[in-house]
Amino acid sequence: MAAVTETLDTVQSVTQSGYKWGFETKIEMDFAPKGLNEDIIRLISARKEEPAWMLDWRLKAYAAWLKMEEPDWARVDHPPIDYQDLHYYAAPKKKPGPKSLDEVDPELLKMYEKLGIPLKERAILAGVDPDTVENTQIAVDAVFDSVSVATTFQATLRKAGVIFCPISEAVREHPDLVRQYIGTVVPVADNYFAALNSAVFTDGSFVFIPKGVRCPMELSTYFRINARNTGQFERTLIIAEAGSHVSYLEGCTAPQRDENQLHAAVVELVAMDDARIKYSTVQNWYPGDANGKGGIYNFVTKRGACRGARSQISWTQVETGSAITWKYPSCVLLGEDSVGEFYSVAVTNNHQQADTGTKMIHIGKGSRSTIIAKGISAGQSSNTYRGLVRMLPGATNARNFTQCDSLLIGDRCGAHTVPYIESRNPTAKVEHEATTSKLADDQLFYCRQRGLSEEDAVSLLVNGFCKDVLKQLPMEFAVEAQKLLAVSLEGSVG
Amino acid sequence: MNTGAEGFLERYEGLAGRLPGDSAMRAAAADAFRLAGLPGGTQKRRIEAWKYTSLRPVAEAVFRRDSYPRHEAETILAGLSLLDSPRAVFVDGVFRADVSGGLAGGFARFADQPDFGTLSWPDREPMVALNTMLAADGAAFHVHAGHDGGVVQLVSIMAGESDAHPRHSVRLDAGASLTLVEISAGQGAYLLNTVAELHLAPGARLTHIRLQDEAATAFHVSTTYADIGAGAIYDSFTLTLGGRLSRTEVHAHLTGAGATAHLNAAQLLGGSQHADFTSVVGHTAPGCSSRQTVKTVLAGRSRGVFQGKIAVARDAQKTDGYQMNQALLLSPDAEIDSKPELEIFADDVKCSHGATVGALDAEQLFYLRSRGIPDAEARAILVRAFLAEALDAVANETIRGRLETAVAHWWMRQAA
Repeated sequence: MAAVTETLDTVQSVTQSGYKWGFETKIEMDFAPKGLNEDIIRLISARKEEPAWMLDWRLKAYAAWLKMEEPDWARVDHPPIDYQDLHYYAAPKKKPGPKSLDEVDPELLKMYEKLGIPLKERAILAGVDPDTVENTQIAVDAVFDSVSVATTFQATLRKAGVIFCPISEAVREHPDLVRQYIGTVVPVADNYFAALNSAVFTDGSFVFIPKGVRCPMELSTYFRINARNTGQFERTLIIAEAGSHVSYLEGCTAPQRDENQLHAAVVELVAMDDARIKYSTVQNWYPGDANGKGGIYNFVTKRGACRGARSQISWTQVETGSAITWKYPSCVLLGEDSVGEFYSVAVTNNHQQADTGTKMIHIGKGSRSTIIAKGISAGQSSNTYRGLVRMLPGATNARNFTQCDSLLIGDRCGAHTVPYIESRNPTAKVEHEATTSKLADDQLFYCRQRGLSEEDAVSLLVNGFCKDVLKQLPMEFAVEAQKLLAVSLEGSVG
Repeated sequence: MNTGAEGFLERYEGLAGRLPGDSAMRAAAADAFRLAGLPGGTQKRRIEAWKYTSLRPVAEAVFRRDSYPRHEAETILAGLSLLDSPRAVFVDGVFRADVSGGLAGGFARFADQPDFGTLSWPDREPMVALNTMLAADGAAFHVHAGHDGGVVQLVSIMAGESDAHPRHSVRLDAGASLTLVEISAGQGAYLLNTVAELHLAPGARLTHIRLQDEAATAFHVSTTYADIGAGAIYDSFTLTLGGRLSRTEVHAHLTGAGATAHLNAAQLLGGSQHADFTSVVGHTAPGCSSRQTVKTVLAGRSRGVFQGKIAVARDAQKTDGYQMNQALLLSPDAEIDSKPELEIFADDVKCSHGATVGALDAEQLFYLRSRGIPDAEARAILVRAFLAEALDAVANETIRGRLETAVAHWWMRQAA
């Protein structure tokens, strides 16, 4: 019942419809000139003080990108993107590489405070006995436009053997590890946006969990686009060695602007024998206004490789933001008895367009996957689930279960389901079911008759519809996600 | 002689002016076909609608135009065990009055009264463009308002290494009804590329049964467009058994309030057969319902494809759409590709689909074996049970009996 009360409180607390993360932080920025060419890539690489192999890798990706065509198969519609009209590098002007939080621009810290991201370890711990909160601490890597500005709890993590740092730092400090894994899950020329990212990625997080270690706290990266006319291209690489466990959270916001901004990220996960990676996302980029003006174009490639036996990768996503979402977090199930999971809630309102889903590629014997996707469309939005389940000849006794449910609120929106099922092994079993319906009148009536306003009733029913997914989120995020659902659907009824 | 798209285009140019009907329509279709090419053949870009089926073997084949001995067609026809009802027989795509019979006034040949109709999309479907470009003959059935046209058989026999592009149409006036049984068979490496347009006026009812039993070396492509008016019922079942490479494509549009469409099918494949069943059910009017059960059984190195889309337009409120698609893999080398799709723009709807893929249930098999039923027989029982849901939808017992016999023969061929 607590969750319900929470939801109702939130709906009340949000007075006018709006995106409360839409402010812009006035901060002196260092921009690369607009446009994309080899010189810009060299400049990014130089700013990041990268080794030569990294630059070569980027240039190879750029050469591949030049030969590729922007994909047009997704059910999203947007004016052509001018890739030469963007800044590919933007960073707060400051002495490079703050050594401690005290060196971080106070304007930045203020922004993260506004966003509710507890950057200052001291702030979290203020008045609380450190011992009692040890297990609920979250280590945060904050990425502001093109650079990581601060990563907390690094010392505690180091003690456990965990590496958690900006990827630019990892390229310098742990080049062998990065070189061994980067691009092995999402190759440089995997797709148009992944190739672009590989050429120009500026920051992101790097996580390495050594053999047998259970990461002592939740890891989290907070992405923020702030500067105008910039693209954000972050890259995340998580490696879980045999027997290790990690739970990683990702959040994102951007200022409210009339023009569209591009975000093309790549996330690669590697899980070895018995390793478990849980990756949760609450995506709340600016969705544009009620008339569809502005908002983030979110073109993201996320893929995990379950390389080891009994390894497990679980994607949970709550997608409420972005003008356009193009995102398919996937699992390549190579290991015997490996497990892939995808839990998703995608909400679109006003003129938002989401084309999202997953791919489960079963290669290993006995591999299993579960897909639970809930799509909610309101306003004049378009919401598409697109997914692939592929059973390869070696996937003996593999198993997949997929459930996709769509909810329509209003008669101006669209809800689409496009699953692809391919099986080349008779012992593999695939089950897929999908439904589309509207909010049930009798349920709404029941709530209204108990004295709930129409908006509260919708929020309550939507939360119920998404429960199977929301319960997969770590507690702190589940609460935030419920609030977001309510806010996203504001004004969709009545 | 050129093969592939160029070969067909050369033939069209050589025949210029000698083909029946609207030449402007043919010229437009030829332009569309020149642009699109054969899916998977010479095209540069992949077409999503042909993701799992490539017509490259068709593009590489050489189709002869010479005639074949007449008695071969007759032998094939005699082996079909047709129903004792009117029949229109086409041999190599051309109507043959001598072996047809019982046809009443509602029948006409495309060659005599060429009409391309209004439902097809030569500009979107390359194979429809090819048909429109080269169609020479076909059957047109017309049943007047309130009449029952009974059971009519439409038979296609192909007996050479040739290609044919028949153009059929069915027009049922208000309240009329008809049962159309379509059978195709033949021998050799030929291409049959059919387009059919079905018009159902309000309250009409068309039962459409198809048995595709082409030669194992043949290519079969058929595209059907149905326009289903208010309260009308289009009840169809397609059994695919034959062909090296086949594609059955149906576009059923529910354009009047309260219309109903049933698009059931079963595909039984073995050897290195490839069969594709693709359907689009377009709900454009309110209160319509659609039901679809498609079952695929795969043996040998065969590959089955199912693509089924339910599209609901903004005005089609109170739509009830259901689709079930199941595949049974009997061999480690078989493959199934399935793409059920929902595209929904109306909010007050009830739409769902389900898909399953797997092998015969080991527990069920064990149960039957423990009752003393031999392995082969137990498998046959389970496959028959798997197909029952789709076959049982055929209401006419005589016709269902014929289909069941065809399934039994197929199973015996697999077991042999």
